[in-house]
Amino acid sequence: MYSHNNIFQTELWKGGPSPGQFYNFPGTNYNNSNTGGFTAPDIFGSKRSSSPITTGTSVIGVKFDGGVMIAADNLVSYGSLARYQDVQRVFKINEKTIIGAGGDFADFQSLKRSIDQKMVEDMCYQDDIDMKPKSLYNWLTRILYNRRSRINPLWLEMVVGGMQDGEPFLGHVDLRGRAYEDDVVATGFGKHFALPLVREQISNGEVLTLNQASQVLRKCMEVLYYRDCRAISKYSVAVSTAQGTIVQGPFEVNQNWALATMIKGY
Amino acid sequence: MDFSQDYGIHDNAVSTGTTIMAVEFNGGVVIGADSRTSTGLFVANRVTDKLTRITDKIYCCRSGSAADTQAIADIVAYSLNYHENQTGEEPLVAEAASEFRNYCYNYRDSLLAGIIVAGWDKRNGGQVYSIPLGGMLKRESVTIGGSGSSYIYGYVREAYRPQMEKEDCVAFVVKAVKHAIYHDGSSGGVVRIGIITEDGIERRVFFNTESGNPVEIGN
Amino acid sequence: MSSIGTGYDLSASQFSPDGRVYQIEYAGKAVEMSGTVIGMRGKDGIVLAVEKIVTSQLYEDDAATRIFTVDKNIGIAIAGLLADGRYIVDIARQEAANFRQQFERTIPLKQLTERVSAYVHAYTLYSAVRPFGVSVILASWDEEQGPQLYKIEPSGTSFGYFACASGKAEQQAKTEMEKLKFAEMSVEDLVQNAGKIIYQVHDELRNKDFHFEMSLISKETKGLHRLNPQPWYDQAVQAGLAAKNEDDSDNEI
Repeated sequence: MYSHNNIFQTELWKGGPSPGQFYNFPGTNYNNSNTGGFTAPDIFGSKRSSSPITTGTSVIGVKFDGGVMIAADNLVSYGSLARYQDVQRVFKINEKTIIGAGGDFADFQSLKRSIDQKMVEDMCYQDDIDMKPKSLYNWLTRILYNRRSRINPLWLEMVVGGMQDGEPFLGHVDLRGRAYEDDVVATGFGKHFALPLVREQISNGEVLTLNQASQVLRKCMEVLYYRDCRAISKYSVAVSTAQGTIVQGPFEVNQNWALATMIKGY
Repeated sequence: MDFSQDYGIHDNAVSTGTTIMAVEFNGGVVIGADSRTSTGLFVANRVTDKLTRITDKIYCCRSGSAADTQAIADIVAYSLNYHENQTGEEPLVAEAASEFRNYCYNYRDSLLAGIIVAGWDKRNGGQVYSIPLGGMLKRESVTIGGSGSSYIYGYVREAYRPQMEKEDCVAFVVKAVKHAIYHDGSSGGVVRIGIITEDGIERRVFFNTESGNPVEIGN
Repeated sequence: MSSIGTGYDLSASQFSPDGRVYQIEYAGKAVEMSGTVIGMRGKDGIVLAVEKIVTSQLYEDDAATRIFTVDKNIGIAIAGLLADGRYIVDIARQEAANFRQQFERTIPLKQLTERVSAYVHAYTLYSAVRPFGVSVILASWDEEQGPQLYKIEPSGTSFGYFACASGKAEQQAKTEMEKLKFAEMSVEDLVQNAGKIIYQVHDELRNKDFHFEMSLISKETKGLHRLNPQPWYDQAVQAGLAAKNEDDSDNEI
């Protein structure tokens, strides 16, 4: 009936990227070439160095009865140098959302500035509606996947948590745009050391209390301090419940070196 | 690198293999640096000034590529001067640091720049900000940078005291940089010091001779 | 009206022989038709208040709001053409975001005012555009700088104020405000006086219905710009209604 009327769009994908090109997020001014960045090709072709420089290690997140908790130590390393030992790596985004970051900390600071600007935009709507954790989580996957597609990834592995419509939410996103939700997630070394420790606790299907959650994270941070060369003993925790979100710390992990006295020879 | 031919003069960029440092004290900040600029093994300049003015009360300490850091410092100095003229107020140290960081982060793949931004403003007093290679930004009460800094992490951590008296702070920075110069082949020359307070900067030069005099006759 | 411009009022880029730019003055007329808008700076907080004239009962209560958030602790109230106002608010938001990106902190209100008023002024210089038919009141509060208040006119001029007003009852509101001691005013006093003034200057004979709108920035709002915040909104309305009843009974005598 309206087929002769050209005010209706007939193109299937108008305003989107043409085949082989990338979507440009509003407010960014990337060019559309797939080198997508600042370096010009030289005689050897174009080079993307992009490897992390100032880095944070593991982040661990757990759901508990009525909330979510994310922990990370306070170290940002410079190569193997434990350079910045007083840095928060878990953050409150708003009263519903918390985030923890590992990987290139400069990349995270940049991303955090964008997120903070989004929170200001949320306020401008004057409707008292804040961004929920799932929205942030999905938005991050798009940003991260977009950057990896430009072969210039944001070198990050992050844990997003918070309260989504009264229910705890916990998700994991990384530099490729990979993402999954779970009751317990971790990044980097934490995947190997912390996940089993927490899963052991919830293997009978019971839900952790707030206190149990903070205790199991404390244990995880202790083990990671022992076994991760890029970890220190000082850590911070972000907690999200129906009452709101807070960042606590820094805390000092428990330590037990008593067994050292029993070791002789190799 | 072919040592027998050119000592890396031709195939290496001019770079400030450096020791730089900044410390907050009770009236402002003390900044310090060595004075060696090298290309490969050759000392291109033995009396370099790595303490670079951004505004009257904000300075940066440069490490990495001399060309890159000079270019960024010039751009930021221009921008903050414009900003100062337009607002009629002195820029904040945090604003200068943020602007440095924007360039260091946005062009991280093309730059070799490790910068310390230090200074005094009337809102927050003396402040020190560290911007390492990847373009992250962190305020610290004491910070060190450049190749020579790796030799003095232990000393700095041991000898630093929060909110020192001015002269104690100067002595601390001079001693730290001298240690770095002693151990780091890429740092050398004199120790340049800047003391930034409410009243602006006071500059000092410390010679690395046994007597402490600029001229020393050997035996 | 037809005789006053005599041909020199058709373009913003042309002076009249006696040195006036009529287009700017006409923009001022657009502001004078608007519901009254006020801003008041107290000891430790700042309030914006609006007499939002209801032109149809079919609108929802929050339709056509005249108070906007620009940044966490910055609010703008608009008198004049609402569509022009919303555009100016968008410009202000962009300027605030821009400053944040460059310096990683909130823009000082003085600088925001300068940037926005330069923009407003530019629209008084060219024949291809018309000036904005709005008067813009900007308010901010923070722990270090305290309350700040500025107003931009359609000409692009701007000043800082202790208290200011625009719209229909600008003069009447200013007369009321001149009686007050703003330097020592608490948030409660501020809010109640804002309610009083708006309800007092509202002309029931000309515009039957209006909606009271206000916003507050202070320590009590955690330094955030909040639109119609409780309990202050109710305090303001109660003070306003009380003041109005008093006025009405005065008239009866």
